[in-house]
Amino acid sequence: MSSMRRNEFMDWADQYLRGELSVDDRFAFEKFCLDYPEFHQIFEEHKRFISSWKENERRGLFKKSLHRESLHHQAPAKNDTAIIKIWKKLQMNAGVAAAVALISVFSTLWLTGYFTSIKKASSDYSALRREMNTVKKNVNEQNKAIQNINNGKDKIPTPIHFGATGFMLTKDGYVVTNYHVVNGADSVHLQNNKGQAFKAQIIYSDIEKDIAILHISDSTFKAAKSVPYTFKRQISDIGEDIFTIGFPRDEAVYGQGYLSSKTGYAGDTIAYQISIPVNPGNSGGPVLDNQGNIIGIISGKQKGIDGAAFAIKTKELIETLNRIPADSLKGNVVLNTKNTLSNLTRTEQIKKIQDYIYIVKVY
Amino acid sequence: MSKIRQILPKEISDLEIIAGVAKGESSAINTIYTQFFPSVARMIVNNNGSDEEAKDIFQEAVMVLYDRVTQQDFELKSKLKTFLYAVSRRLWLKQLNRKGSSTNTSDISDYEDLLHVEEDIEKHVEIESKFTQMESALEQLGEPCKTILNDFYIANLSMQEICEKFGYTNTDNVKTQKYKCLQRLKKLFFNNKN
Repeated sequence: MSSMRRNEFMDWADQYLRGELSVDDRFAFEKFCLDYPEFHQIFEEHKRFISSWKENERRGLFKKSLHRESLHHQAPAKNDTAIIKIWKKLQMNAGVAAAVALISVFSTLWLTGYFTSIKKASSDYSALRREMNTVKKNVNEQNKAIQNINNGKDKIPTPIHFGATGFMLTKDGYVVTNYHVVNGADSVHLQNNKGQAFKAQIIYSDIEKDIAILHISDSTFKAAKSVPYTFKRQISDIGEDIFTIGFPRDEAVYGQGYLSSKTGYAGDTIAYQISIPVNPGNSGGPVLDNQGNIIGIISGKQKGIDGAAFAIKTKELIETLNRIPADSLKGNVVLNTKNTLSNLTRTEQIKKIQDYIYIVKVY
Repeated sequence: MSKIRQILPKEISDLEIIAGVAKGESSAINTIYTQFFPSVARMIVNNNGSDEEAKDIFQEAVMVLYDRVTQQDFELKSKLKTFLYAVSRRLWLKQLNRKGSSTNTSDISDYEDLLHVEEDIEKHVEIESKFTQMESALEQLGEPCKTILNDFYIANLSMQEICEKFGYTNTDNVKTQKYKCLQRLKKLFFNNKN
């Protein structure tokens, strides 16, 4: 029997395992295994292999039915906190409510004419620069239009130019005016009361405060005697007498009044409200008190309200000066501290000041 | 009290379920899902898991149970619910660590393990790898070997039936073929192992 081939033995073993053998045969198989330990070992290994395979198959089936079962079950929804749950429930309602609220607010505003009044309110403020050549320009435009009817060519329209007031900060040629005056300027010229004109450069613009610092760059300009007025950093009191000199036309015009409020247009804290008759062209003019201290710079007025003009506080001017980067300055800005006006009469004060106030012409 | 008890569905004991699992009964599987899946799924979904992930984890946890039940020396030392929950929790933590997102898992990782299920999981991994090894060996075996062996050893068909099915002239040919196939399968299985 030892010469028995392996495949025959395996077949025999399989029959034994499947219980296909007769009782006699089973004994014969068991005896054969006892007699030949090497075959016994083969048999044991085979039995283990087959049984673990069978186990595997059962395991696979179990896994499959597990998977099938899992398809019928759903994981519960994520456990949200109470607030999120409420929000999820109500977000649709909230959205609709918000939309209704918005629509009703805006339609009510529209019906009551709120938007038109906003437009009005925002245009109450008018900056006081003077358009110098409007009439001339209009006439020129018309002439040109008439000329161009025939040759059909359009020419670049002459730019408008503006006039306003500016005054000297230091004797070496620093001048202050409003930013809105020089905004978009090609060139800025300053003309004094003797009729001399100097070219000026914009050194620094403070858009928020509506302040522009200029420097006279012309070689014909000679350093003046030190400025007669001083700058008052403290807030002035309501009711103080004040005056200004400006150029609403080509001659200097004196204006007198009082400080009427410590805040400017719409509660603006950087400006005073003053009661001085001012007109386009007064922008950038100095506001002085009785002792000849500069307390502000005229910047604008409110339309439709009598005697409501506004002046930017000197304190803001000084803050702006401090913010100018050193490299854009041509030497330090040192403000005059010696007031030579305090004991003079008004007319004498004006005479002294006049030389330091310029028409600002912007092209 | 007695009335309420009548209304309530009859509770199936853990032992019954385990016996069902060992036999691979689908009713046992159904019971496991209806009774234990919701709490496990809630735990996973509340810890950055999706519905799919919850199902996969639970399925694996049941497989851990199966592998344990089918071992000889089985004795459940805790409630079945606790066991499945603990295993799922461990598996999910492992998966989260693999994904590298350790954030927002504080509520499940901070507590001590309810049960020490690590050994059971290791055993399961071992069995699972043997399982896939066998699967891949069978896959590589190819036809007709795979079907012949399957018909003979798993489906318990007789030699005669297989002979007719495959159109062999006599059963001796089938026997030779079967022997060759089995040798190849064993070779594939044991070679893959190493």
